[in-house]
Amino acid sequence: MNATEPKPVEEIIQSLANAGSVFIVGCTGCPVGCDVGGPKWVDQMAAALTGAGKTVTGSGLVELLCNKALVGIKLGRMVEQVMAADAVLVGSCGVGVQAVGNMVARRAVPALNTICLGHYQGLWPGSERCAECGQCVLAHTGGLCPVTLCAKSLLNGQCGGTGYDGSCEVSRDHPCGWKLIYDRLKELGRLDDMRTLIDPSDYRKRAIPDSIRRTTHFALEVAPQEQSTPAKQAQ
Amino acid sequence: MSQLREQLQAGKFVVTAEIGPPKGIDVAPCLHEAEQYLKGRVAAVNVTDIQTAVMRLGSMAVCHMLTDRGIEPVFQMVCRDRNRLALQSDLLSAAALGIENVLALTGDHVVMGDHRDAKPVYDLDSVGLLKAMSALEAGTDMGLDPKGQPNKLAGAPKFFKGCCTTPCSPTPEAQAIKLEKKVAAGAQFVQTQTVYDPAAFEKFMRQIEHVKIPVLVGIVVLKSAAMAKYMNRSVPGVQVPDPIIQRLADAPKEAREKVSVAIAAELIRRMKPMCQGVHLMTLGWDHCVPDIVQQAGMA
Repeated sequence: MNATEPKPVEEIIQSLANAGSVFIVGCTGCPVGCDVGGPKWVDQMAAALTGAGKTVTGSGLVELLCNKALVGIKLGRMVEQVMAADAVLVGSCGVGVQAVGNMVARRAVPALNTICLGHYQGLWPGSERCAECGQCVLAHTGGLCPVTLCAKSLLNGQCGGTGYDGSCEVSRDHPCGWKLIYDRLKELGRLDDMRTLIDPSDYRKRAIPDSIRRTTHFALEVAPQEQSTPAKQAQ
Repeated sequence: MSQLREQLQAGKFVVTAEIGPPKGIDVAPCLHEAEQYLKGRVAAVNVTDIQTAVMRLGSMAVCHMLTDRGIEPVFQMVCRDRNRLALQSDLLSAAALGIENVLALTGDHVVMGDHRDAKPVYDLDSVGLLKAMSALEAGTDMGLDPKGQPNKLAGAPKFFKGCCTTPCSPTPEAQAIKLEKKVAAGAQFVQTQTVYDPAAFEKFMRQIEHVKIPVLVGIVVLKSAAMAKYMNRSVPGVQVPDPIIQRLADAPKEAREKVSVAIAAELIRRMKPMCQGVHLMTLGWDHCVPDIVQQAGMA
């Protein structure tokens, strides 16, 4: 159902620069079909992190990390291992990373870039949204997505449009995404993450690379879903 | 060289003002106001860029017309309406027209304006725009050639790069952090969102003490109690204290302008020791600038 690709290991290690200990959670839903999730991936990441001098406090697999209820039940059984870690490395689409961030009082760090979900926002979708931008920044934003939460998709912090009630200038009903990120980072004691200068988005990364288009997974799962959207059916 | 830059570098307390281009091509009134009331009294005049997302004549054209009239402009640029190609191209165009001061802003969302159905762009944010300006000054643009090297320019521009911050934001700490990023991206001066609470401003200035660039405190001249109440209700990051609203409400109609001027001048007097200049936003009341400047003891 989705197309993700692994972030370079160096980028992951850099995102975890201040985290001495890490809990790893993989999604055995869509990423497995994309060959980037599952038990094998968890073992590979554990080896890479241990090699980089990190302590891996534990690991878990959740089928469909996009579902917060499942995340809560599954990770709840491993709460000690999770809470012993400074950060949780998440192998899933952007929806799953945010679901983990919302369920666990630890920083959720993405291990993958989400390229195409066919606008699918998870099984039993909650409040988390992924823009499929292909350059996930959740490591720097407390696991809350500025691309989907900020009305202007600003990458480097809030504009002047934050209201005293925490709303965005576009609507009183719309919370300021960067206020949410600021509050979350403050809660996590990680305000320094907001100091990361994030480069302008590379829009080429939103296109699905040929290497993924050629896979059987894409042909069987992503492409048919793309074709079944109402707009496509109308054609 | 930018007079604004020179005066700030010389440690002078500077005054800047602001005009908004018209909706239409009748530029005479705004140019007249600038020549009549601002010329020779302020270091530079900001020209707004499709302010509050209400479509109007462009900032660059009016900046150029001000330059022709011996008035130094600050070219405001928002990220809402142009992608990175158009922003960089307009920066080069502005430089070629002799415009040096540029203020990088995010820009109010299109739903705030009169073309609510338009596509908001925000390809760059204000930090990205400042970075783009710095790159252009270094003789390169944001693009890469086939060898992966930044594209070279034939002739590099020179800017005095400004940015904005909101001292009375509900999250001043988050504003301070973003300001640090803007300075890291190349910002050389700050013009703030309007401030009516000197105590809050002092606190904010302490929070950004380590950010070593000149700060011009923004003041929107309050024309009436109704306007002040509207701002409290509808303008994020702006809070007019009750005593100021009361003074405006108590003023008889014929004396209201005097009270507006006095309030602005008092605010400047109180905040002058805390910053390097003031940015006056008169929203059409440019004729009040000379009196404000005089009463604030800066004439």
